[in-house]
Amino acid sequence: MAVQVRIPTPLRKFTGGQESVEAAGNTIGAVLADLEKNHPGLRDRICDADGSVRRFVNLYVNGDDIRFLDNLSSAVKDGDEISIVPAIAGGV
Amino acid sequence: MSFVTGMKCRECGEAYAVGAHHVCEFCFGPLEVQYDYDSVARTMTRAVIEARPRNIWRYRELLPIEREPQIGLYSGFTPLVRAERLGAALGVKELYVKDDSVNHPTFSYKDRVVSVAISKAIEFGFDTVSCASTGNLANSVAAHAARAGLRCFIFIPDNLEQGKVIGSTIYRPIPVAIKGNYDDVNRLCTEIADKYRWAFVNINLRPFYTEGAKTYGFEIAEQLGWKLPQHIVVPTAGGTILPKVGRAFEELIRIGLVADTPSRIYSAQAAGSAPVVNAIHRESDLIEPVKPDTIAKSIAIGNPADGYYVLKAVRKSGGWGEKATDAEIVAGIKLLAETEGIFTEPAGGTTVAVTKKLIEQGRIPRDESIVISVTGNGYKTIEAVLDSVVKPHVIGARLGEFEELYESLDATQRASGIAG
Repeated sequence: MAVQVRIPTPLRKFTGGQESVEAAGNTIGAVLADLEKNHPGLRDRICDADGSVRRFVNLYVNGDDIRFLDNLSSAVKDGDEISIVPAIAGGV
Repeated sequence: MSFVTGMKCRECGEAYAVGAHHVCEFCFGPLEVQYDYDSVARTMTRAVIEARPRNIWRYRELLPIEREPQIGLYSGFTPLVRAERLGAALGVKELYVKDDSVNHPTFSYKDRVVSVAISKAIEFGFDTVSCASTGNLANSVAAHAARAGLRCFIFIPDNLEQGKVIGSTIYRPIPVAIKGNYDDVNRLCTEIADKYRWAFVNINLRPFYTEGAKTYGFEIAEQLGWKLPQHIVVPTAGGTILPKVGRAFEELIRIGLVADTPSRIYSAQAAGSAPVVNAIHRESDLIEPVKPDTIAKSIAIGNPADGYYVLKAVRKSGGWGEKATDAEIVAGIKLLAETEGIFTEPAGGTTVAVTKKLIEQGRIPRDESIVISVTGNGYKTIEAVLDSVVKPHVIGARLGEFEELYESLDATQRASGIAG
C-alpha cells in the first residue's frame, strides 16, 4: 500500500529536500509511523507528545481534511495523495 | 528604521530573524513580530500621533516596516460613528460603529493589512504579490499591486458575489477561481506558495499582514479620546482581526497611551459557519472544523487558522460569542442601513445581529460603551439583499402620475417617508 505524501517547505530538511515522498500504511496514523521510520524526526513535527495532530497542522487525504474523515484512523489506499499543510489566515 | 526586534513563535516561543516566513519550524505555530516597547513608549506619544496624517501609518512605531511607507497613504482612519438611532433601536446608551466600509481604496478593513503586507513585500524585494481570499482581500491586493506596479495573482472561491469578483478583476491581476470553498483555496495556495516564491500576503507575509489589523483597534481607542471601549463585537472568519484588536489594546496600555480598563471582546459568526463560536459555547479549546453554508461568504471559513487565538482573546477579555442565521444577517444589514445610513456586507450584518442578541441576552449591559465592527461594504454584495429590499415605483415623467402614487401610499408611509 503506497501513498504519496506532499511535504511542506519547513519539513523538507527531514526528507533530504524532497517535495513529495512515498509511504506505506492503511491509515493516516500508520503512514505517519512509516514516515517516521524513513525520515526520523518528521512525526514529532506533525504530532504532539501525546500523539495527536498539532493544532496548526492540517492533514488532507486527496484534498479532504482528515477531521471530516476519521482523524488519524482515516483509511488510505494505494495511490492516495496526502498533504501536510500549515494553517493560514484569511477572510472578512 | 523600526522598533521591531525580531519574530517569535506564538506557540513555543522559538525566536526567528525578520524574514518572509510565517510558520515555526518546530511546532507549525504562527510567527509574530516583536517590538521594543520601552523605546516605542518614549517615541510614540499621543501628541506625536495626533500631529501625523490620518492614515494607518500614524501608528508606525507599532507596525513592522523599516522604510518610509509608500502605499496605504490613504488607508485607515475610518469614521467611528456615534450610532444614536441604532443605539435606540437596540436599547443601549452609548453605541459606536467603526466603519471600515469606507476604507480606502477598496472599502474593507483589508486595506489596512494589505498596506502593511505589500510595503513589506517591496522591502523584501518581491516582484509578485498574491493571496487566497474570500473577496475583500483580493480586491485590496489587486488595487495596491496596480498602484505599486507589481505582478499580481489572486485566488478566490468560484462562488463569490459579482461585486467581489469585479472588485478585483478591474485592476487586471491574473484571477484564479477555485472550484470549492475558501478552505480549499487556502489549502491549494499554501502549496502554491511553497512552490512559487511570491509574496502571498496572507501566507508567507502573514506575520506582517496581521499586524496591520491592529490599526483598527488603535483608531477606536484614539477616536474614543484615548479610551478603550467597554465592549466590542468583531466578526470572525480566519481569526485575524479579533486577536489583533485585543493586542492593539494591550499595546496601547503597555506604552501608556490608554488606561488599563476592562474591554470585553465578542466574536460574531454566521450560524452556517461558526466553528469558533461553537467552541466558545462548548467552553472547549478544540475548534472542530465545519463545512460552511451561509450568505456571509467573507466569513465562510470552516477551518479558521487563528480560531484558537480568537478563543484566547475572547476569554482573556471576559467576552463571549454568538452566531446569526442568514435571515438575521439580512435583518442586521437592513437595520444598520435604515438607522445609520451605513450599507455593510453580510459580515457586518452578522456583527449587528450578534450585538443585538448579546444585548438581549444580557451579556452586554445597556449602559456601557459598545463598538460594532463593520469591516466591509454592502455595495459589493448586493446579491445578499436583492430579494429583501423595496423596489422602486415605476411611473411616467408626469406630475399627475406621482400625485396618484403619493395618494396611494398609506398614511404611515406618507408620514415617515419610509417604504412599506
